[in-house]
Amino acid sequence: MMNSTSASPAEPTISVSGDGTDARRNSKRPKYSRFTQQELPACKPILTPQWVISIFTLVGIIFVPIGVAALLASNDVVEIVDRYETECIPKNISDKIGYIQNPAISKKCTRVLKVPKDMDKPVYVYYQLDNFYQNHRRYVKSRNDQQLRDKSKANETSGCDPEKTTANGMPIVPCGLIAWSLFNDTYNFTHSNGETLTVNKKDISWKSDRNHKFGSDVFPKNFQNGTLKGGKTLDPTVPLSKQEDLIVWMRTAALPTFRKLYGRIEVDLKENDTITVELENNYNTYSFGGKKKLVLSTTSWLGGKNDFLGIAYISIGGVCFFLATLFTIVYLVKPRKLGDPSYLSWNSNRLMQ
Amino acid sequence: MTPERPLLHSPQIEAKFSPLLQSCSGKGFSVRDKDLSLLHIGDSGDSDVTSITEQFHSADSHFFDQIVLECSPQESSHLVSWNAMERQQIPSSLEISSSVEGLEKGSKSHRIRHKSVQFDDLFPSEDNTRLIYINDPRKTNEKYEFSGNEIRTSKYTFITFLPKNLFIQFHRVAYLYFLAIAGLNQLPPLAVFGRTVSLFPLLFVLCVTAMKDGYEDWRRHRSDRNENSRDAQVYQFGQFRIKKWKNIHAGEVVKIFCDETIPCDMVLLGTSDPNGVAFVQTMNLDGESNLKTRYARLETTPMCAEVGSYSGIIRCEQPNKNIYEFTANMEYNGHKISLGPSNIILRGCQVKNTTWIIGVVVYAGQETKAMLNSAISPSKRSKLESYMNRETLWLSIFLFAMCAVVALGMGLWLKDHEPQLDSLPYYRRRYITNGRENGKYFKFYGIPMEIFFSFLSSVIVFQIMIPISLYITMELVRLGQSYFMIEDAQMYDGNSGSRFQCRSLNINEDLGQIRYIFSDKTGTLTENKMEFQRASVYGRDYGTSLKGTGNLMMGERSSDVLRHKKWKLKSEINLDTELVELLHGDVPGMERTAAREFFLTLAACNTVIPITSSLSSNSVDLACDEDVSIEYQGESPDEQALVAAASAYGFTLIERTTGHIVIDVNGEMLRLDVLGLHEFDSVRKRMSVVIRFPDNAIKVLVKGADTSVLSILNHQIDNGSCETESARIKNMTENHLNNYSLQGLRTLVVAARDLSGAELEEWQAKYEEASTSLTERANKLRQAAALIECQLNLLGATGIEDKLQEGVPETIESLRQAGIKVWVLTGDKQETAISIALSCRLLTDDMHQIIINGTSEEDCRLLLANAKAKHGVKPLIYTEGSKKLKEGEFIGSMEKVVGSGNPSLALIIDGNSLVYILEKELEPDLFELATSCRVVLCCRVAPLQKAGIVDLIKSRSNDMTLAIGDGANDVSMIQMADVGVGICGQEGRQAVMASDFAMGQFRFLKRLLLVHGHWNYQRVGYLVLYNFYRNAVFVLMLFWYILQTAFSTTSALTDWSSVFYSVIYTSVPTIVVGILDKDLSHKTLLLYPKLYCSGHRHESYNLHLFWITMLDTLWQSLVLFYVPFFAYRYSTIDIWSLGSLWTIAVVVLVNIHLAMDIRRWVLITHLATWGSIVVACLCMVALDSIPSFPNYWTIYHLISSRTYWLAILLITVLALLPRFACKVIWQTFWPSDIQIAREAAIMGKFPNSFGLKLEQDVR
Repeated sequence: MMNSTSASPAEPTISVSGDGTDARRNSKRPKYSRFTQQELPACKPILTPQWVISIFTLVGIIFVPIGVAALLASNDVVEIVDRYETECIPKNISDKIGYIQNPAISKKCTRVLKVPKDMDKPVYVYYQLDNFYQNHRRYVKSRNDQQLRDKSKANETSGCDPEKTTANGMPIVPCGLIAWSLFNDTYNFTHSNGETLTVNKKDISWKSDRNHKFGSDVFPKNFQNGTLKGGKTLDPTVPLSKQEDLIVWMRTAALPTFRKLYGRIEVDLKENDTITVELENNYNTYSFGGKKKLVLSTTSWLGGKNDFLGIAYISIGGVCFFLATLFTIVYLVKPRKLGDPSYLSWNSNRLMQ
Repeated sequence: MTPERPLLHSPQIEAKFSPLLQSCSGKGFSVRDKDLSLLHIGDSGDSDVTSITEQFHSADSHFFDQIVLECSPQESSHLVSWNAMERQQIPSSLEISSSVEGLEKGSKSHRIRHKSVQFDDLFPSEDNTRLIYINDPRKTNEKYEFSGNEIRTSKYTFITFLPKNLFIQFHRVAYLYFLAIAGLNQLPPLAVFGRTVSLFPLLFVLCVTAMKDGYEDWRRHRSDRNENSRDAQVYQFGQFRIKKWKNIHAGEVVKIFCDETIPCDMVLLGTSDPNGVAFVQTMNLDGESNLKTRYARLETTPMCAEVGSYSGIIRCEQPNKNIYEFTANMEYNGHKISLGPSNIILRGCQVKNTTWIIGVVVYAGQETKAMLNSAISPSKRSKLESYMNRETLWLSIFLFAMCAVVALGMGLWLKDHEPQLDSLPYYRRRYITNGRENGKYFKFYGIPMEIFFSFLSSVIVFQIMIPISLYITMELVRLGQSYFMIEDAQMYDGNSGSRFQCRSLNINEDLGQIRYIFSDKTGTLTENKMEFQRASVYGRDYGTSLKGTGNLMMGERSSDVLRHKKWKLKSEINLDTELVELLHGDVPGMERTAAREFFLTLAACNTVIPITSSLSSNSVDLACDEDVSIEYQGESPDEQALVAAASAYGFTLIERTTGHIVIDVNGEMLRLDVLGLHEFDSVRKRMSVVIRFPDNAIKVLVKGADTSVLSILNHQIDNGSCETESARIKNMTENHLNNYSLQGLRTLVVAARDLSGAELEEWQAKYEEASTSLTERANKLRQAAALIECQLNLLGATGIEDKLQEGVPETIESLRQAGIKVWVLTGDKQETAISIALSCRLLTDDMHQIIINGTSEEDCRLLLANAKAKHGVKPLIYTEGSKKLKEGEFIGSMEKVVGSGNPSLALIIDGNSLVYILEKELEPDLFELATSCRVVLCCRVAPLQKAGIVDLIKSRSNDMTLAIGDGANDVSMIQMADVGVGICGQEGRQAVMASDFAMGQFRFLKRLLLVHGHWNYQRVGYLVLYNFYRNAVFVLMLFWYILQTAFSTTSALTDWSSVFYSVIYTSVPTIVVGILDKDLSHKTLLLYPKLYCSGHRHESYNLHLFWITMLDTLWQSLVLFYVPFFAYRYSTIDIWSLGSLWTIAVVVLVNIHLAMDIRRWVLITHLATWGSIVVACLCMVALDSIPSFPNYWTIYHLISSRTYWLAILLITVLALLPRFACKVIWQTFWPSDIQIAREAAIMGKFPNSFGLKLEQDVR
């Protein structure tokens, strides 16, 4: 623009003589390089029939075996699911919420489970909650990670609303709705042969959580002191890093139906064994119509029992095989020569005329 | 030298002329100025519009009164002719400009209006002047109203940078959206994201832009500082002392030495040349590299002789932008001296070939014309971007709908669970604890408010549905594309050393959809390097048999004929031997006299400056026997060619000052006093010079466009035989003229007359008065010129060849094959235009030419109707309302018309007819006719008519227009068209300054459009669709999840992942692909220009594609959400793990989606695509390694889980399967042209039949 006057002294002799500017002109010529001329070596893939067919076939070849393997793995998993929140309440009680909230009443309940197939150890014990929105925004945010990790940050309760401090303003450790609503049903298993099946509750949480997120010198304080108890009370002498139920619970679930690990039974269970479960039905899911289930499950290399992946993989593999055949037929029956100019719009237009 | 004379004021003639002249000056002049003296001699080939039949039938009337008497009977005819001219020339432009204002909204109308404002203040009223007291800056600037010479091109200072830069940045709507979202997120009930995180994208964008702006401004600061602290010699305390530029003030006297730059606008007081001549180079101002002469008034030169005697008062107009105009006068020693544009030197010019100059500062600093002109041309917006905005609107509707669903769901859920809200462990409406807040609601404001907040917070979560990053991405992509266009070695013009320039960064993709090219002729199609080819002297045609070069001829000639020293010319000129014989032979006679006068006129009647190899022109006389090389510097290439030709024939112009010229006639120095010079203007279309010979004979020498000169010839001579003789000459000359223009030569007519003493006196009085006048000087000068430019004796005519530029016919052919219509808009004559069109194969012999030369509206209507009826042009059903919808159909019908079997039509229309047609009710007819013709030639169009024609297409169709030109007269058209291309030519830089792209040669247009335009369009089209997809798929995924969280707008993804998604995880590949992907090689594209039509068919971006993309997006988002959902339905998966899975999955998915569509894999593409996935994973790892985040260590757990990997693989394959299958099916059954060409090119088979078929198709 006009304000380029500042650049002017650099070009004193442009007009008078045509010569002498050649060097300068040459410097203006764009330097040739394959990059600037956009001529870098390149791979230019085109979808030839061979490529298309082989891609589909390849996907099929990979997917079907994976699907079969996943399905087999899922079938190997033995799972016992027992819904108990309806059974473990006296039939004559109409005010279920009042019943469950009354600490004076014993909530003991006995369930008998039959083992359908051999279950190799370890047998994982889960509780499953339905219709419990642990992923609700109000809930997910109601915690303070600093407080959990660091002893000195005990007063740090921001974000813990509406369960932040006690009535007299003392900070609650661990604060927040998540901790407050800690699941408090307990299970005790007895084998049909009279043996007590010990549930190993150690290492049920993530190691990283135990070591870094929950401090080993942070102890529960003022927890569940209020009139309204949300769930389990914590032993104030045990540091948070050892409160594995809490740690598991505080890794909030992604979906409204979720399982949480309760413990492991490190004994092989045989087919047709019966297991008696002595449980305490303390946790209030009646206020929102949530289901409670007790789950005993083995695992496979793919995790728990879930046919979805297997079926999905097999069907996609199948579809790909189908498409591969379809395109093979198409290319055999009605091949289009690649780069055939007669398909060009201006050529075909002319043909139409 | 103009002798002082008492002013002979004549109220009578004034009264008679002024209404006429004023009526045209008010309007007509505005045309000229608007185009900044564009209609130079350069365009003087055209003319006949000004049929000013001014004939003063008083050949022997020596008395002023008699002239008046003689003239009066003619008054009616004057009136008619002036009016006619007015109608033909001026209103047209005015109407166009007004219509432009009416039609175009927004910036464009603003632009035009701005222009007219600029020209309105050309004529300052007498009281609106500024007074400069020479050498008295304090008195000059008593009221402190004039600025100092300090310039500031920088926008910001250190303090104002932040607020001002932010203010400017927030002019973008997108940023405001950002800000609003970030602001919403600060409200406690809505804090979806962490508060700092939500500010990140905005801060990022602001910082990047601010850094860019800051850097640019710092560079401006630096250059300003350099500029301001340069030194100049300023007269102070009785001598010239060094002073910094920034301290110079108006009124000060400054001395500048050779090769120095002028610090401010100065009126010349004196120079080292005794005649007060100074040469300046105006390269920085207008880009013209030739030297211009500026004169100090001879009255003031003595001032400089004795130091310290600077005095006087200059009265000048207020600062304005027009660098070609300056009106002022000076009072000095009781004289009133007029000052014009030739007396001022402007800031930024350089002094050349002059030892020193002394001048007085009139405008300084920001008020200098250079600074006033430094406005940036308004930016254009690409059409694709406006389509994109339409789709963005759709996206906002989706956004709104999604938010509404969430809000509604939230409402219903709350209503449903209202009794339980206090007891739900995951909701807890009230505070639990017994403290102060006991029993109060926690973040609960009642169901209606909750619905409202839920809506707003979902807006925050879904914000990237509107792809704001797209705007930044597009800017970066265009920047990269521009880089490659600039670097393209095949668009470098070696002759002029000019690279391709991208002056506008917003419209790269428009280059791929051009349907109409409006091209200027002179300098664009032709080289504008003039060569004197033919001459008609005294009714005889010369130049048919050219032999040898001029210098060779000189050598061969016997020494007695051309015994003078040889003047070396820069260019060599072919001489006609016959003419040489005639000139230098011994045969006396009328013919020889005429021939001599002819060349004398060519040598004298111009504004060309001779520059001899020796610095001082005086020394030329001494250097008799040496070869002295001489170069002519002039503003018009035609004039240069003519002067050079005259020199070759022995009439060498060797010196020019204001007062006299020296011509070497065969070695004999002829010193001629120049009494007055009427410069060329577009109304008169001729220039004249009044000279006094050494023997005191006085002559008027005139040259000009044929019609303007032929109509003022003297053909009423008493002697009968003479009359027949002059009539014969006139006839012959006219024949020759026709002949020349048929050959595509530019013609000028040369005439002269003797001036009697009385005529001279009358004219001198008038001239004197006019040239000192401060207002309407041009007008008054024109009146003065009219006095002497009459009763001329015809001497002859010249034919100058304007060579076609290299590769023009081939380029036009290719462009035509590409489905682009090339229209030529020229100021030249119809015959010239047609001949040029023929020679550049725009017109072919088998074309049917429809010529429309109407002289009235009725005429034009009839001609148009006839043409339409004859060639069966059906009116296109095409209304404003259905414009957009019928786009496709419309294009189809157009093609049918064009491609149908009827003979190709060519429409040739002239500026006169356009006056009656444009912006009148005939416009639709013209549009229909013109669009059904293969070629349209518009001749003799005024600059604003050019814009009007562009507007005709722009306003009535959706087609993209491109205007290409090199001169100032093309500026309006370049600015009007969707894409303006400037040719860096010889006619200055206005066109380049106004253009969006500038290049050295017309033929680069082929590469620009067919190759770069095609690429850019494909790239940007895909880029936009992909960006829509990329953001929408992410948002939809979040949406499906929110439906699973009791509508509580929870995001499973961490805040940082959401922010990084469009900024880091997926942005780089889009940019790289947008810059580097190529569907076809440039060879293929150039070989098959028809591939360009894909842009016309909107193949890369249209509503259809948008909806398909959105459908695909929907499917992919469903896959993204539901595969993990089912895979982890009854599991212990936590929210962060699932979020992490989704993050990785969506990043992998969109990048592979992109990879699937990349058509050219270079190393960088690989790096960008796969690198992005890697970077995303690394970021996830890094984010999950910070213990304070709730998602701590998530990724480490996940990577050991097989389900996780299987889910990602499943998502990727399942999501892309439909797209891939559709793509394959589409390519198999309905291959596009591009695909076929691509296959052919890659598989290495360019079958001969392929090419042959194309060739046949072209025929």
